[in-house]
Amino acid sequence: MTAQTLYDKLWASHVVREESDGTCLLYIDRHLVHEVTSPQAFEGLKLANRPLWRKDSVVSTADHNTPTDHWDQGIQDPISRLQVETLDANIKAFGALAYFPFKDIGQGVVHVMGPEQGATLPGMTVVCGDSHTSTHGAFGALAHGIGTSEVEHVMATQCLVAKKSKNMRVSVEGQLGAGVGAKDVALAIIGKIGTAGGTGYAIEFAGSAIRGLSMEGRMTLCNMAIEAGARSGLVAVDDKTIAYVKDRPLAPSALQWDAAVAYWNTLHSDEGAHFDAEVELKAEEVAPQVTWGTSPEMVVDVNGRVPDPALETDAVKKAGAMRALEYMGLTANTAMTDIPVDVVFIGSCTNSRIEDLREAAAVARGRKKAANVKQVLVVPGSGLVKQQAEAEGLDKVFVAAGFEWREPGCSMCLAMNADRLLPGERCASTSNRNFEGRQGQGGRTHLVSPAMAAAAAVTGHFADVRKLEAV
Amino acid sequence: MKAFNSLNALVCPLDRANVDTDAIIPKQFLKSIKRAGFGPNLFDEWRYLDHGEPGMDNSVRPLNPDFVLNSPRYAGAEVLLARENFGCGSSREHAPWALEDQGFRVVIAPSFADIFFNNCYKNGLLPIVLAADVVDRLFAECEANEGYSLNIDLPAQTVTTPDGTAFTFDITEHRKHCLLGGLDEIGLTLQHADEIRAYETKRRASQPWLFA
Ligand code: SF4
Repeated sequence: MTAQTLYDKLWASHVVREESDGTCLLYIDRHLVHEVTSPQAFEGLKLANRPLWRKDSVVSTADHNTPTDHWDQGIQDPISRLQVETLDANIKAFGALAYFPFKDIGQGVVHVMGPEQGATLPGMTVVCGDSHTSTHGAFGALAHGIGTSEVEHVMATQCLVAKKSKNMRVSVEGQLGAGVGAKDVALAIIGKIGTAGGTGYAIEFAGSAIRGLSMEGRMTLCNMAIEAGARSGLVAVDDKTIAYVKDRPLAPSALQWDAAVAYWNTLHSDEGAHFDAEVELKAEEVAPQVTWGTSPEMVVDVNGRVPDPALETDAVKKAGAMRALEYMGLTANTAMTDIPVDVVFIGSCTNSRIEDLREAAAVARGRKKAANVKQVLVVPGSGLVKQQAEAEGLDKVFVAAGFEWREPGCSMCLAMNADRLLPGERCASTSNRNFEGRQGQGGRTHLVSPAMAAAAAVTGHFADVRKLEAV
Repeated sequence: MKAFNSLNALVCPLDRANVDTDAIIPKQFLKSIKRAGFGPNLFDEWRYLDHGEPGMDNSVRPLNPDFVLNSPRYAGAEVLLARENFGCGSSREHAPWALEDQGFRVVIAPSFADIFFNNCYKNGLLPIVLAADVVDRLFAECEANEGYSLNIDLPAQTVTTPDGTAFTFDITEHRKHCLLGGLDEIGLTLQHADEIRAYETKRRASQPWLFA
């Protein structure tokens, strides 16, 4: 047999049928459902009088619209409330393997909840009406975001109409420096290949630095694959993957465990497998990253400067950079560390897992929010992450530093709830998108790691977390 | 889904790269549980001078005179001419819904983000990839000529300029077939229900842990 990539294996094992033009019916094992992209799909099923093909494939939670404080008062915004209640009603009517509604201890950002519950397993196909579904590829699962019509299609048929992508391997060899994490690697890769660099590809992240990452770190990396244009990111299964999955509520039972592990251990690219594109990075060269513009590819090292669009030769890129600087209220050649921040957001499906919170707390411990910083929001990814963080006393560290400790949800990652920037406010954010208006109309987002976000919070400007003075 | 065959229509040029779905339809409008009515909020933050929220009467909101969609010259355009990586960002299908609701049937760009590209086909919207230099030329011609229209012929897979120059584009047979017939893809897939069941039986035997 010819050598296969991990992606080839995952794809081949899920093809139900293939048309002559290469269009496939791809079988879907896990369907994650949240309130924003599902109501029209459920509505479509109802109108056509179609049932869910396999309700035990559905795992659901409410996350995008839910508030992060005053849970005793419920959801104040009536339109948000209707959307969340519509999900409640739809799950009740159609069924699901598991549902974590608003205020449930298992509730959380769908891409934090899935792995945490063991709903995401190696070798699965995982879809969700959300582009950051790529996160689940960290488990050696083929996972990608879909639109609402496809949500309905999967609900009704358990399949997706899809064409195979090409294979790209991004290898990061070496050892990451202290204070440099998966988020920095993700941003450095996007800075290198661009936000469309991975379009049409499934990216496998490989190399010793990737193997060295925890599952949380791998999730952060795969989460950002979509920001490099790739619908899915992948990391091969290893002992860390299996250890993470073990004993999760929805993981295989003891009876099936050994057979599952034996299969999972085959989920890696074969020696000599063909990749259509290869990208290489040296771990030692990755420094903490900060974005300066309105696209994740507009990124520099924290010790760098805002680039000068005048030096850009490509006309479209030049115009984009000029627009971005104007929107961001920045001047070319400003040192990144001279840029003050107004708000700090630590959260989102990119960076709201326990390890992220530990990383931020390590910087916040014994320090105080800088006077010019108006608000620091810490939003855990799920109720269970929150519980764990509180058991470790991280909440106390944050509160002592003047940060706000909130309830789980998407929060200021996309500002569908009450957490949002005001026009002109500048935010150091651990989320994944710095698009215009993403965190509130006129808001200015700079993407950073949790440690860098905490460093910005305590210094009042972007700061190299490696150089903070000891406390 | 609306069928698509051919079209001769006015072109609106949107000269920006990396137009993301947050820009196409900002998140506050995603709270709707309906599929229609997103057109007036297409490009909301660029299109209006005030901040838009669901439930506002868009007809009385102050328009941004500098935004291309507000120019009378492009009123009624059905073809959107765009730059690279159009539709990047979130998977929200509200983006093609908004474009379609506004009256667009075709988007031409040198490249699209994958999920957006895919979502278009589900909604009778035809995304066309043309080479960057061709797109450059279309932008130049469109800006120089008022009333600039393009002819889009799906059966022939061509985009033809007013002077008769034709550019061909790629599309998979499956997508073309669905778009031409305005077909319900779920219905098509369900014709293969037996194959899906047979696959499941096999999977259940080899990987029982995937089935509760
Ligand atoms: S945290 Fe942000 S990116 Fe992640 S699912 Fe929620 S809104 Fe989307």
